[in-house]
Amino acid sequence: MEQHPRRLLTIVTESSIESHLLRHIERWGAHGYTITEARGKGARGVREGNWEANRNLRIEVVCDDATADRIAAGLREHYYDNYAMILYTCDVDVLRPEKF
Amino acid sequence: MDPVVLFFLLGVTAGILRSELRLPVQVYELLSILLLLAIGMKGGIELARQPFLELLGQMVAVVAMGFILPLLSFPVLLRFGRLPRADAASIAAHYGSVSVGTFAVVVAYLGSRDIDFEAYMPLFVVLLEIPAILVGIVLAKGLVGGERLRESAHEVLLGKSIVLLVGGLLIGWIAGADGLAKLAPLFFDPFQGLLALFLLEMGLVTASQIGTLRRYGFFLLAFGVLTPVFSAMIGLGLGWLLGLSVGGAVVLATLAASASYIAVPAAMRISVPEANPALSLAASLGVTFPFNVLVGIPLYHWLAGQLYALIGAA
Repeated sequence: MEQHPRRLLTIVTESSIESHLLRHIERWGAHGYTITEARGKGARGVREGNWEANRNLRIEVVCDDATADRIAAGLREHYYDNYAMILYTCDVDVLRPEKF
Repeated sequence: MDPVVLFFLLGVTAGILRSELRLPVQVYELLSILLLLAIGMKGGIELARQPFLELLGQMVAVVAMGFILPLLSFPVLLRFGRLPRADAASIAAHYGSVSVGTFAVVVAYLGSRDIDFEAYMPLFVVLLEIPAILVGIVLAKGLVGGERLRESAHEVLLGKSIVLLVGGLLIGWIAGADGLAKLAPLFFDPFQGLLALFLLEMGLVTASQIGTLRRYGFFLLAFGVLTPVFSAMIGLGLGWLLGLSVGGAVVLATLAASASYIAVPAAMRISVPEANPALSLAASLGVTFPFNVLVGIPLYHWLAGQLYALIGAA
């Protein structure tokens, strides 16, 4: 079966900016995303997600190289300074390239 | 001490001892939805009995208090707390706004002592939630227009607490006491039990703030205790001026004293992102909420009794 290379971006951040962030991500060219709730520890301390003003999300986006770069640059410009956020990417293969 | 307050203490103690106890997120969500709707509907039933125009004066005065309270605490935070402008503005907004949890506790407190109060008070909760947020944004950013303000407005006006409180008010207003009698077994009869569980969770969350508090030290602690007492006196005075009953004045004082920990943090995160959310949450959730529940409400009750005994009702 033919496989097509794509990028997987994983963003872990505060849930308080969810709607804001998703609008940005779509504007930067993502066709879709997957969200799960998350807890963990990082530079801004333990983020237990034990309070509704304090919850965290993991957002995954599968997209092409250009979109991935656009999202990464946009996040750095708009969010890195003031929000708890990490981003990492890896290469993945998909079977239906038209979806991503 | 009210049993619901004992549940709060149980939560705090379990949290401090690092117990594994947790309320599932969905259970907490359901509890807060039930409480918000119950509070809203109770207020709506009473609102239907009131000539709305006569309440208009009180509503304007309460909104004015919502604008003034954050303006009073902002310079204190800036000067004595030596906080950056964004943090001072954000904390001022938290303290100018209200906590529905604290409102529920004062309602339970007065209820268990058979003290009457103006039952349309939930309307004031809604009115007090918003002005301080606007003041906070202006204090941090100056007069901004456009997208940022529109987004915060959306965040606040369509946030969970406003939608459910206003929705409950309208449902209560339209359906009336008779119409809602059928719903009483879910919303009104178990109010104290729901509140007890809610406060158990609040105790656990409060305990989790202690680490942050230790980092930021004495000023936050002092601010978190003194501001509510000062604000309560303003609320008490306004209640007296508006001709509220003693119970009503206690409720208004408690509303003035309470600090937001749900709606305002969410709005500030979007509108004033450079403000440190840990700071304002530690103060409002870690200091002021427990202070009001344990000490503040009985204190405001006592103060109201003194005031009304001294100068009589307005």
